[in-house]
Amino acid sequence: MRNLIISLCAVIFGLLGGAILMAVTGHDPVEGYKYLFQGGLKTTSRFGDTLATGTPLIFTGLSVAFAFRTGLFNIGAAGQMLFGGFCATVIGLNVDTARPLLLLLMIAAAIFGGAIWAFIPGLLKARFNVHEVVSTIMMNWVAYWTIYYAVPAYLKAEQIETESRPLADKATLKAAFLSDMFGGSYVNLGLFLAVIVVIVIAFIINKTTLGYELKAVGFNRHSAEYAGIGVNRSIITSMLISGALAGLAGMAQYAGNGTNIQIGVLPTQGYDGIAVALLGANSPVGVLVSALFFGLLYSGRGFMNAMTEIPPEIADSIIAIIIYFAATSVLMDRLITRFLSKRRSTTMAATAGGKEKV
Amino acid sequence: MWTTIQQIFPYAIMFTIPLLITALGGLFSERSGVVNIGLEGLMVIGAFAAAYTMYELQTAWPGHQIAAIWIGLLVAIVAGTVFSLLHAFASIHLSANQVISGTAINMIAGALTVFLSRNITGSGNIRLSGGFPPFDVWGLSDIPIIGPLLFTKTYWTTWIILAVVLLSSFVLRKTAFGLRLRSCGEYPQAAEAAGVNVRKMRYIGVLISGAFAGLGGAIHLVTIAGEFTGTVSGLGFLALAALIFGQWRPIGILAATLFFGFASTVANVSQVIPAFASIPPIYLKVFPYVVTLIALVLFSKTSQAPKAAGEVFDSGKR
Repeated sequence: MRNLIISLCAVIFGLLGGAILMAVTGHDPVEGYKYLFQGGLKTTSRFGDTLATGTPLIFTGLSVAFAFRTGLFNIGAAGQMLFGGFCATVIGLNVDTARPLLLLLMIAAAIFGGAIWAFIPGLLKARFNVHEVVSTIMMNWVAYWTIYYAVPAYLKAEQIETESRPLADKATLKAAFLSDMFGGSYVNLGLFLAVIVVIVIAFIINKTTLGYELKAVGFNRHSAEYAGIGVNRSIITSMLISGALAGLAGMAQYAGNGTNIQIGVLPTQGYDGIAVALLGANSPVGVLVSALFFGLLYSGRGFMNAMTEIPPEIADSIIAIIIYFAATSVLMDRLITRFLSKRRSTTMAATAGGKEKV
Repeated sequence: MWTTIQQIFPYAIMFTIPLLITALGGLFSERSGVVNIGLEGLMVIGAFAAAYTMYELQTAWPGHQIAAIWIGLLVAIVAGTVFSLLHAFASIHLSANQVISGTAINMIAGALTVFLSRNITGSGNIRLSGGFPPFDVWGLSDIPIIGPLLFTKTYWTTWIILAVVLLSSFVLRKTAFGLRLRSCGEYPQAAEAAGVNVRKMRYIGVLISGAFAGLGGAIHLVTIAGEFTGTVSGLGFLALAALIFGQWRPIGILAATLFFGFASTVANVSQVIPAFASIPPIYLKVFPYVVTLIALVLFSKTSQAPKAAGEVFDSGKR
């Protein structure tokens, strides 16, 4: 409950911060927000786009949240997503088989690619106590340059040097019935995959021995060790699962929302995953909701930018401010406590005053 | 081979300097006990503040291009310092997770600066009409061997930053202030018992990191980039790696950043230099990062990391 209040407060502060930014730069915040939310919700097609934009964020948010539960800070979701998406694209472009099998193979490749990219930091942490924040940042840049050279070398499009050939429709998560249902939106099967994965991860965290052990390691590494839990194995397992989730984000992005992989960018969804996880209080359902909220901001900003003069980066600014307030939740915690105690004392004072009058 | 070295040397130094000053800032922060992975964002803030200042001043006073650059650098220092207050407040007063707070700084900086520059120029990029002109040090550039390597095509900022490194080394090792700062990162409770105001020292540490990273971003802008685009392409993270690689010592950081400077320069120019053209560029590009990973493994047993870095200061904990 308290988590929910803190998250809501962070959102409110973020939106207020965005409003101040708009006002300071000479725009009308009310109009800005009106178009921002209309842009993400007004028609079924826009709503579908919001869902689609949120889909990779669900995966990266889950990835970061899952690692958090084991006390690990996986800041490398961007690199894992990129490499997972790359592996899926390699399969999608080179294997020709029946669609369900092909998609399963691609999903497996994405899971494998993301997991292997997270395995290295996990192993270094478990074996050599190398801090995962630094090693995952390094792995992000290794992924960036690997894709930078591998895509033009092996998957090059005919005209454009900076991206891979587009995947055939059957090698993507696109589904005609979904697009039709949402008035031509690019929402795709990735959303179903994401919802299934949310349920699976919630089950693992809350109902299984593995989840219990991982949480125990996250709470207190030493007491978990004392209780006979293999801490090193838990760290590696947690990073593998976290990486696999980020890899799926790559699948959802490059073979769902888009149809190819570009070079020269670390996907921003990787860092936004941190935001999603924080706002969602590291719970799978919280992640789902906050990912869709960020999806709304991202998909609505284009419409806002078209209707007003407000630059689309306002959405990123709002998200960044939300994160700052989510990170400093102690402040909010204190404010809530102070508010509650003040209200208690005023009601007490009021009742006391009432008594005096009588 | 000699001409190759001679050619890439000034570029390598140019690349090293922003990295060096930023990593040095990170050193002050971590020595005081606060991990600052927001260095990247603070560099972006510095670069933006400098770019915007120079953009305005260079238009206003066309005759004083160089003065505008110097003022831009100063503004970058101020902007970096002010912005790092956010991180200091969150991690020192609010007991926030320092890594998350640093990440928030990175995200805010990236989004906010592009938002503002899009309001200013419409495109989100700020182009400078002129950067710092490199110069040859009079007299010294004629010395054989070291002259062409060290004293040609240098920048004023290079010499200032090198002086700052030496000064920092002295301050951290030999002065009472340095001792107090380091004690806050090693064992803050003991420092407090000895009468040191731990929170104040940590604020100073973080603010120095903000000032230095802001300056680093601005130097990157005026010597290498020439245009603000909302990113310093991971230099802040590389500075963090250099800090660890350099084992939290000024001279170690100097060596580590020089190494990264050379590695990156070689990777950038490998295609035009015959000696390197045969190596696939991907190996050269990932080299610094892989070496950092290996170094982390090698140093894992003997890490000189400040023991309390990243920990919230709790004066009740003994």
